[in-house]
Amino acid sequence: MKKTLLIGAGLASAALLAGCANAPSPAELDQQTLAMLKASFRDQGIAKVDRLEQDLGQKACSSDKPPAESVAKQIEAEALASIKWPEGGRYIGDWREGEKLAQNGRGMTWTDASAEAKANGANCYNCHQIDKKEISYGTIGPSLWNYGKTRGVKDVADPATAAIVQYTWGKMWNSKAYAACSNMPRFGHAKLLNEDQLRHVMALLLDPKSPVNQ
Amino acid sequence: MRRLLATSLLAALSAAAFGQKSAADGIAEYRAMLADGNPAELFEAKGEDLWKKKRGPKNASLEQCDLGKGPGVVKGAWVEMPRYFADTGRVQDLESRLLTCMETLQGLSAKEIAATPFGKGEQASMEGLVAWISAESRGKKLNLPQAHAEERRMFEMGKRAFFFRGGPMDFSCASCHGEEGKRIRLQDLPNLTKNPGDGIGFAAWPAYRVSSGELWSMQRRLNDCYRQQRFPYPGYASDVTIALGVYMGVNAKGAESIAPAIKR
Repeated sequence: MKKTLLIGAGLASAALLAGCANAPSPAELDQQTLAMLKASFRDQGIAKVDRLEQDLGQKACSSDKPPAESVAKQIEAEALASIKWPEGGRYIGDWREGEKLAQNGRGMTWTDASAEAKANGANCYNCHQIDKKEISYGTIGPSLWNYGKTRGVKDVADPATAAIVQYTWGKMWNSKAYAACSNMPRFGHAKLLNEDQLRHVMALLLDPKSPVNQ
Repeated sequence: MRRLLATSLLAALSAAAFGQKSAADGIAEYRAMLADGNPAELFEAKGEDLWKKKRGPKNASLEQCDLGKGPGVVKGAWVEMPRYFADTGRVQDLESRLLTCMETLQGLSAKEIAATPFGKGEQASMEGLVAWISAESRGKKLNLPQAHAEERRMFEMGKRAFFFRGGPMDFSCASCHGEEGKRIRLQDLPNLTKNPGDGIGFAAWPAYRVSSGELWSMQRRLNDCYRQQRFPYPGYASDVTIALGVYMGVNAKGAESIAPAIKR
């Protein structure tokens, strides 16, 4: 063994190959992959290796196959129970601030100075169409153009709109409440955005005066 | 040159500001303009010199370096990497293999080079070397070996790493590169769980990045993907990066390499 093995040290390949002619089982490969990840990553700035520790949902959704139905239901139930509803039932902020947040794709990388929610953007346009005037948008998530309008929201204070207002808050707080393996970050749950920021993005989507609903 | 290209992009985009279809046309037009004259050629020339130049404490060239096809054989080596190397007992990608050669042949410290920031010191040499070595396989089809048990094991671990969700945003590589026809902002995303085709995804890196004026190796490309995933920092030439290379490279079997490509 040469000194070059120091690079990427931690791979237990030599030991594994020594006594075993058969290919490792899927469970062994899972274990070996975790060991490989632990050995390959290091802390950098605000991004520490503890970010590799998975909760139930992250673990169950780390495959090319969806989790068993019972597991998916458990993830969704736990996520739903985790949602913190806004203080005083105040769901709606300023859509202008919401648009700024939607355009801001910054935050949480190892080159960012702070992991505080106020340092983060909401990243919305990376994955969604929102305002039709914006041509630079992503398609990983569904189009949110006319989000409130197509859902019949004419007045955010009208009790008739409560269900969609609450669903929208819940989806942003913890998207996994409604789809166990959703691609969408859990903005409230993971403290990516604070309550005020969430209210502003809510306004962008739901306020009839927002350009989204024109 | 970069300023000219930026102006071209603006022109292409504003002409395309009417709707999505024309925006895509604008991007295609911009890419066509970029394709005419790739500054990666400057890095290729530098890399060829570095390969042949006697350097390091042992005052030796890299001409006896074995990239998998025998000592000194460079043509066609890139499209068969990462692969298993009997002398190190490891699957290695081009960059981890170059570290081995720089250490054993030239007496340079692989550990020190791996710890050097991209674009600095011997990492700048690496940019040239990967540009030249990949260019020597330009137009060839990706054909990574899977005959050795360790190559198959690295494929399986690479697949698991590709789907591994973590970090504050719950992303995995598959979050962005697991479906056809997706994009982030205006950037098209190849589906790397399948074969995305000639000159796309694995078959397009290393590449010259116009926006940063740098030659990005595959290691650097993966590093930035992990930064954007909000993961911790992947070690240079670490096993996770090599395993991902095996997974993507084997998936892309038969696709034609255009590396080093040019990217905005």
